[in-house]
Amino acid sequence: MPAKVDRHPMPKQDPRERIRNFNEVALGYPADVAVGEAMRCIGCPKSPCVAGCPVEVDIPSFVKLIAEGKFVEAARKIKEKNSLPAICGRVCPQETQCEERCTLGKKGKPVAIGALERFAADYERASGTQAASEPAPASGAAGRVAVVGSGPAGLTCAADLAKMGYSVVLFESLHSTGGVLRYGIPEFRLPKAIVDEEVAYVKSLGVEVRVNTLVGRTVTVDELFRDGFDAIFLGTGAGLPHFLGIPGENLNGVYSANEFLTRSNLMKAYRFPEYDTPVWVGKRVVVVGAGNVAMDAARTALRLGAEKVSIVYRRSRAEMPARLEEIENAEEEGVELMLLTNPIRVLGDERGWVRGMECVRMELGEPDESGRRRPVPVPGSEFVIDIDTMISAVGTDPNPLLVRSVPGLKLGRHGNVIVNEETGETSVPGVFAGGDIVTGSATVIAAMGAGKIAARGIDRYIRAKRERSE
Amino acid sequence: MHRIVKKEELAPRIKLFVVEAPQIAACARPGHFFVLRMHEQGERIPLTIADSDPAAGTITMVFQEVGKSTCELGTLEEGDSILDIVGPLGTPRDIKRLDTVVCVAGGVGVAPIYPEAKAFHELGTRVISLVGAQTKDMLIFKDRMEAVSDEVHYSTDDGSFGYHGFVTGILRDLLAGGLRPDEVVAIGPLPMMRATCKVTAEFGVKTIVSLNAIMVDGTGMCGSCRVTVDGKTMFSCVEGPAFDGHKVDFEELMARQTRFLAEEKLAMERYQVHSEGCKCRRK
Ligand SMILES: Cc1cc2nc3c(=O)[nH]c(=O)nc-3n(C[C@H](O)[C@H](O)[C@H](O)COP(=O)(O)OP(=O)(O)OC[C@H]3O[C@@H](n4cnc5c(N)ncnc54)[C@H](O)[C@@H]3O)c2cc1C
Ligand SMILES: Cc1cc2nc3c(=O)[nH]c(=O)nc-3n(C[C@H](O)[C@H](O)[C@H](O)COP(=O)(O)OP(=O)(O)OC[C@H]3O[C@@H](n4cnc5c(N)ncnc54)[C@H](O)[C@@H]3O)c2cc1C
Ligand code: FES
Repeated sequence: MPAKVDRHPMPKQDPRERIRNFNEVALGYPADVAVGEAMRCIGCPKSPCVAGCPVEVDIPSFVKLIAEGKFVEAARKIKEKNSLPAICGRVCPQETQCEERCTLGKKGKPVAIGALERFAADYERASGTQAASEPAPASGAAGRVAVVGSGPAGLTCAADLAKMGYSVVLFESLHSTGGVLRYGIPEFRLPKAIVDEEVAYVKSLGVEVRVNTLVGRTVTVDELFRDGFDAIFLGTGAGLPHFLGIPGENLNGVYSANEFLTRSNLMKAYRFPEYDTPVWVGKRVVVVGAGNVAMDAARTALRLGAEKVSIVYRRSRAEMPARLEEIENAEEEGVELMLLTNPIRVLGDERGWVRGMECVRMELGEPDESGRRRPVPVPGSEFVIDIDTMISAVGTDPNPLLVRSVPGLKLGRHGNVIVNEETGETSVPGVFAGGDIVTGSATVIAAMGAGKIAARGIDRYIRAKRERSE
Repeated sequence: MHRIVKKEELAPRIKLFVVEAPQIAACARPGHFFVLRMHEQGERIPLTIADSDPAAGTITMVFQEVGKSTCELGTLEEGDSILDIVGPLGTPRDIKRLDTVVCVAGGVGVAPIYPEAKAFHELGTRVISLVGAQTKDMLIFKDRMEAVSDEVHYSTDDGSFGYHGFVTGILRDLLAGGLRPDEVVAIGPLPMMRATCKVTAEFGVKTIVSLNAIMVDGTGMCGSCRVTVDGKTMFSCVEGPAFDGHKVDFEELMARQTRFLAEEKLAMERYQVHSEGCKCRRK
């Protein structure tokens, strides 16, 4: 009978309330709801959900443990494969991963796997039983590894290596750890206290964290090898913002989403003037792009006091790359979607501030290389909208600063590092890489998966090197 | 944490700190800058590395108190610490031996120009320095500049010392008199760098300026610092801060400097109330 129960909706803050604060929007399942949702799982024999998970979490087992009320055990089950469940439960695109494959989804709504993952992780954290599951800190005897970048790829790689007995130093250029989890994804979607706890966990494994260290400038990869590191993992992400390349993009009031979100999240400008960093947002905001980054920027702009926020996207709703949940959240909050619309020019006033944006309507033509129908401008359909703030969220590339400083490192067309996907090895011996620096902007879970693979690759590499020298 | 080992008041509201930052001191080169954050609530502000001592593991910074963050920084004393410092940032200057360079410095710009003048001087280049300030009391780094220059000319806006007028006046006289340096380096307020470029353009002399665009990370991930050079958008924290001055769109940059004027004013007013008047202003 359980399949007849409807999927339990995620309790959320009221949209009218939440656009006035930065507290988390999704409130999480209470225990009874989690049990009820877990009981919807029919335990189908093939467990297709597991294959949909990039790190192959044993989903049926942890869901069953929740149904039985064994919440801490459920969290531990997830952690066998995924060390950051509180984060993944909040930010993974489940609708294109595990939940997309759920058997229940064929006729109705899939089990809310993401919400259950979050529930188990939060329960374990709140119950204070997290520490008990931790292995002994690293002895460091196995070798020394430098991990560059403290995003999900670097954190995962560092944690796994520490557990294998390596002495690990994690280098981060910003003053704070977490990568995009810290500077990109807003507090209302991923509370920073959770990121802090995950980083504390990684440190508790014996990983030494050195912030304010820009590898390639403060210290080079060569110097790290000379200092005695046996291997180096590059997890530096894809942090270089694109602009559209249209006239007027340097006007005052035009931000890259990275700048806007970094000011607000990392520098806490949403609490200005208590915090010193300013962020300015006008009354009428346009965000260009339709990924998670665009949704985060749009929703942040609303919370900072914008009267009206629109997403401008050149394709249609079906192609929007953001997580479904975030598109829904944005719409509930009043963010307007201007689909099949492309900006062609930003207009300024005599003082150099944005006053409008010229756009053109688009229609979908033949499929392009990505398989999506190519948007083409409709001739004569140009129109101007009055805006005072524009946020460009049209993608990022790997930051070239570090990778170009490593002689012999093979790079792809977009400056991404080329690796052996099975081991994370790059073209330079002893240098490994993973996460957005390899794939371009992708997902938290994919970056974690890459960090894990590289940790194993590094372990094999160092062992082989030691054997040879013995 | 980076301890302040020395503090000097160079002029009213211009201060010098020597701070511990061994990793940066070890690899700093002329043209490099760093970003600091004083405390948990602080903003990230860029300052030029005015000097470095690898043996002592220290770097020198010289800053003018112009707003909340720099005023608050000025209240720190020897023995106090700065929470975060990251660097060296930016592309260092490629300094080669030339026949003659002219270093044009305006106001606090003399501190960032000093390491460049010094590097040119050490290679045997003839260095002519033009140092301008509002008034005699505001002229800083006199001894240092004289030690690394073959000639130093001074100007003050009020005529209290040296040439009466802007440094660009001296520069024009020198160029009109037939001086043809291989390069002019100009560092100072934007209007002064722009005026310098106007003069040197007339005489066809290559001019390198150092841009002080508003920054956040200083590592190329936000684009706050973007400037237009030769019609192209550049991130000045990575590709600069030094650029060919004749190609810089100064007008755009000057507009961009005012992006947060209202917020800066609010922060300063609030700070003055909370700290019962900023120390720097009471002096
Ligand atoms: C606004 C936003 C929202 C997103 N939302 C989602 C979502 O909902 N779900 C999802 O799955 N994914 C989301 N993503 C994508 C996801 O965050 C990234 O794919 C993921 O963080 C990549 O992890 P990473 O470890 O490779 O790199 P990053 O998280 O980018 O971390 C790289 C770290 O390396 C540091 N670094 C860079 N260069 C150097 C250097 N030279 N020396 C030292 N340190 C350096 C950086 O400062 C940074 O801290 C979002 C991304 C953004 C920007
Ligand atoms: C590469 C570089 C090197 C610099 N070197 C020096 C130096 O050696 N000595 C020195 O006195 N000053 C230097 N500056 C300028 C210095 O960073 C600013 O004066 C300082 O950030 C002002 O902060 P505030 O809070 O005191 O003033 P605010 O009231 O916040 O701002 C005053 C003015 O400073 C500029 N400014 C504000 N915030 C920033 C920011 N985050 N980044 C850059 N500019 C900003 C704006 O034009 C603003 O109008 C440099 C700037 C850059 C970009
Ligand atoms: S300061 Fe962020 S890119 Fe230059």
